This record gives sequence, structure tokens and C-alpha cells, in this order.
Amino acid sequence: MSTVLDPSTPLDPGPAVGPSSSERARRTRVRRALVVLVLVLLVGCAAHLLWDLRGSWAYALDLRSRQLGALVVVGAAVGASSLAFQTVAGSRILTPGVMGFDTLYVLIQTVTVFAFGAGALQLFGVVESFVLDTALLTVFGVLLFRWLFRRHSRNLFVLVLVGIVLGSLFASLSTLASRMLSPDDYLTLQAVLFASFTTVDVRLLLVCAATSAAGLAALVPLLRRLDVVDLGRDAAVALGVDYRRTVTRVLVVVTLLVATSTALVGPMLFLGLLVANLTRQFLPTHTHVVLVPAAAVTGAATTVLGQVVVTHVLDLATPLSVVVNLVGGVYFLVLLLRSVRL
Amino acid sequence: MIHVDHVSHAYTPSGPPVLDDVALDITRGAVTALVGPNGAGKSTLLAAVSRLLGPDHGRVVVDGVDVARAPDREVARVLAVLRQDTRLSARLTVVDLVRFGRFPHSGGRLTTADHEVVAASLAHVGMADLRDRYLDELSGGQRQRAFIAMVLAQETPYVLLDEPLNNLDMEHAASVMRVLRTAADDLGRTVVVVLHDVNMAAAWADDVVGMRDGRVVARGRPAEVLRTDVLREVFGIEIPVVTVDGSPVALHWLPRAGRHPMGVGQRY
Ligand SMILES: Nc1ncnc2c1ncn2[C@@H]1O[C@H](COP(=O)(O)OP(=O)(O)O)[C@@H](O)[C@H]1O
Ligand SMILES: [Mg+2]
Repeated sequence: MSTVLDPSTPLDPGPAVGPSSSERARRTRVRRALVVLVLVLLVGCAAHLLWDLRGSWAYALDLRSRQLGALVVVGAAVGASSLAFQTVAGSRILTPGVMGFDTLYVLIQTVTVFAFGAGALQLFGVVESFVLDTALLTVFGVLLFRWLFRRHSRNLFVLVLVGIVLGSLFASLSTLASRMLSPDDYLTLQAVLFASFTTVDVRLLLVCAATSAAGLAALVPLLRRLDVVDLGRDAAVALGVDYRRTVTRVLVVVTLLVATSTALVGPMLFLGLLVANLTRQFLPTHTHVVLVPAAAVTGAATTVLGQVVVTHVLDLATPLSVVVNLVGGVYFLVLLLRSVRL
Repeated sequence: MIHVDHVSHAYTPSGPPVLDDVALDITRGAVTALVGPNGAGKSTLLAAVSRLLGPDHGRVVVDGVDVARAPDREVARVLAVLRQDTRLSARLTVVDLVRFGRFPHSGGRLTTADHEVVAASLAHVGMADLRDRYLDELSGGQRQRAFIAMVLAQETPYVLLDEPLNNLDMEHAASVMRVLRTAADDLGRTVVVVLHDVNMAAAWADDVVGMRDGRVVARGRPAEVLRTDVLREVFGIEIPVVTVDGSPVALHWLPRAGRHPMGVGQRY
């Protein structure tokens, strides 16, 4: 291995111009990992639909496929948005959930019920209020995070702390606002907030699926730029990426995806953290063209399999989000402790 | 030509100016070394020239293009920059990193021509046989040269580097300077490099710019800047200069260096 430069042959291209054998091996590993992920997702879907199927098949399958639809939409939206957010935030422990995006959406939902009353909410319908809340979240979320990243972009732990404080602040504000509601409005709000995988509104599911698909599609043209953004702001600007525009566009899509998943099943604080980091560990690549779709598949596989395990193996009545938050929360602690040590 | 047109900048509105009306022209095809004490504003000037920082006043024009106004991608084809601290959150191999240098040209979809440039840049810095190693498996010097290969792969007429010799031992420091020298001589690049060792600047650069307190206080050929009186202006200390083989050598490491005639090693 020569470490001394030889200036006599400055521009002689070395023997290897294309991918080398070790690089080809790495690509094969990535491809194989992708196939495994898709297979796991498919097995999970089959298990979810068919495990322990009794009584009226048609009825059970209808119920289960709706639930499955919600699980896939939420998993894919949370997975892809969290991975993209990590890259934009320049940190592997910052995800929309950790930064309080989900609770901000809950706060917005509560405040709209507070402002318009439950009557207006029923007038709007589930879908219309989803559109309203999502629009508000996108505006506030992007403003909030642009501001945060400008001020504290250098200090990871300030950001984590701010995220945790914001999360509980939004949650307590939601509680406060809901206390001030009339009993009727309160009941309506509870119904909206405690939507879960077991009770899925078909119209809402369709709208959320369409929104997620549109959001994921909007990420596609940004993926190659995300590779560069991952090098940090200065390197990205130096390599000719319009950093501000790229980051803003990613944040808009991320808030959209968070809104769809929160509207469907409520906050899933640590799901994104878990899924995004698992994806990065599982796939030895830095290419977002691979990572973001893979995170969507991993996310869907996690929620679907998680639900199968919770209902059939653990035989629990606990909602999936409780289990995911427990596992994800422990994982978050491990990550925090590990990077403190670094 | 890089034309720094009366650039001033302060990081805090009330604080002291970090760049104080800097006016500077950097000639094409030469290696220009930027020297000065810590905090003189060298990195800030480099950031302003490479539009990583928008200065409060003034502008930077490279080959007639105002870098702050031109589209990012266009500037990235004219000017490449390597910053002082390069920490990455992604885990990359050497060749992954160098391929990023082609982004302004290829938008991330590399052609055969791009791959050839990447291979040539790797060979130019002597890293061809380490191309598949992960950056976190390399020594500081090898890492630094991988980053330089990325900057060279950008194939820009102007290359700016902020203290690329940090963490390098003597042999590797000299080899990095040789890479930059050949980039200027053989590839026709214009190189601007921040160095903290004036002797390194004198040995390898065509032109030396001395900064202090945000201002350019010295400018000239190595022999014109490596003089006790000029170095006193730049660094505020007494540095004996001797001539070895016809080249000036500043003896800044000697115990008697640094003592100011007024008895203080600091500013007047
Ligand atoms: N991001 C920043 N925010 C505030 N002050 C800064 C920042 N970067 C540099 N400075 C200050 O500006 C001055 C010049 O810094 P710099 O350009 O890094 O000097 P040099 O590279 O010559 O050592 C120093 O006093 C430094 O403390
Ligand atoms: Mg510096």
C-alpha cells in the first residue's frame, strides 16, 4: 500500500474505473437485504389477514384488510419521513416524533375542535378536518423547524432537549384546551384522537393513503440531493445543492407524512426512530434512492408484524403504539447514551 | 481571477468585525497561501469567497460571476472548497466520497467520464489502492487526502482549502502540498490554501497573504513576506528569518522568537 505520492503520474487513471469487486459485493448485500425486507412485509401481511381466521370470512377479511391498510400507510409514512428527517437534521437520533411533530398535530386537532366546536367538526367531516389540520401542521411545523435548525443547528443535545420540551408542552397545551371544551365537544375530540388501528374510517384511510403516496412521490426527485445534504450544510452548498430549498421541501413532505399517520392512529413517538435506524443498520449504503424506500418497507413491516405479534402471540389488548413506544423508547435511550459516550 | 471586493463581516451585530474591509485579488493559475494567527479571519474569508457565508458588506466575484447571486450549481462548477472541520454522519468509503465531487456535473448519476475523473483524482492523491476503505478506517492523513481528491474531482478552475495540513505528519504534509502544486502546474487550477506554517507557505506557494484582525496586512512573494518586520505585522511577534539555500526560513519555534522589542509578545 503506497502512501507516498508519486507526482510523475498525476493524471493516470488507476486500473479500477467502475465499481470494484468489494463494491459489487456490497451492492449485492444491499439488494439481498431489500428482497428480505419485502418478503418479511409480505409474510407479515399474509399472517395479519389469515392467522386464526374464523367465523364469517368476508366480514373478518374486510375488517382486517382495512386495519392492514392503516398499518401499511402509517408504517411507510413514518419510516420514510423519519429517515429523510434524520438526514436533514444531520443526526441519527432526531426524528419527527422525537422533535414533537406528532404532539403538535394533536394540539392542532384539539385547538380546531376548541375553536370551531364539535358541531363544526361534524359539519366538516373527518376528511375535511384532516385536510385543515394537516395544512396547519405543515405551516407551523415548517416554520418551527426552520427556526430551530437555524438557531441551534450545531448543538444536537439542545435540539433533543427542545424536542422533548416541545413534545410535552404541546401535550399539556392539548390537555389544557381539551379541559376547556364542553362535554360534547370533548367526546368528539376523544373519538378523533383515539382513532386506532382497530377502528379505521375507510374514507380517512383512503385520503391518508393518497396523501402518503403523493408525499412519497414528492420525495423521489429529492433523493439524490439528500445524499449530498447528508454531508452537512457546507459540503452540500459547496457541491451546488440549493440547500434551503431542498431542506424546506423535505420538511414539507415530512410534516405531510406525519400528519397522515397521526390522523390515522395518533402519535407514535419512537416508531420512526426505531425504523429509520434499523434501516440504516440493515442496509450498508448511504444512497437515499435505496434508503428511503427501504425505510418505508421496514416501517410497514414493523407495524404489520408488530400488530400480529401483539394480537396473536402476546394475546394483548394493548394498542400497538404502546408496545412500539416501549421498545422504541428503550432504543432511544440506548442511542442517546451511546452518542454521549462518543 | 478571484476578486474580493471590500468584504466586511461580523458574526454578532455588536461584536468586532471578523473581516474588516478586505480587498484582495487572487491571480489565476497560482498557489496562494493565506497565513495569520488564530482568529485572524482566514476561515471566514474562505467561507465568504466560497459563498458558504454571506458577508454583511461587499461581494466576491470569480471570473466575473458574483458568487452570492449565481445559481449554486453553476458556482460549484467554478469553485471547490474544503472546510477546516469535515465531520460526516454518513459512513462512506473513499470512492463514495470522491464521487460526490462529480455531483455538480452529474447530479448524482455518474457517467463513465465521471468515473474516470474519480479514478484520476484518486490516483492523483495516491489513494487508488485505498478506494474501498471506509473513511473511519483511515489515518488522518489518508482521510485528508480523500477529501482533497473529492475537491479535485469537482474539476473546478478554483480550489480553496482551509488548513488541509492539520493532523498530518511531515511527509504527508509535504505530499499534500505537492498534490496542490501539481494541481496548479499541471492541471492549471488556481489554489488558495490556508496554512498555519509560514515556512510551508514560503516553500510551496507563489503568493503569500498575511491576515491579522480581519484585515490583509501583508501580501507578496514568499521572500517579500518572510521578513522579520513583515511577520511582526502579521503575527505580532519577533521571528528571526534566515536564508537557507536561497530560501527564507522563519525560525518561529526558537526560544528567542516571540519576544517583542517592547517586552511584550502581543499587539503594540
Ligand atoms: N460561527 C461563528 N460565530 C461567531 N464567531 C465566530 C464564528 N466563526 C468564527 N468566529 C470568530 O471569528 C474570528 C475569526 O475566526 P476564523 O475566521 O475562524 O479565524 P482563523 O481561521 O483565521 O483562525 C474568531 O475570533 C472567531 O472566534
Ligand atoms: Mg480557521
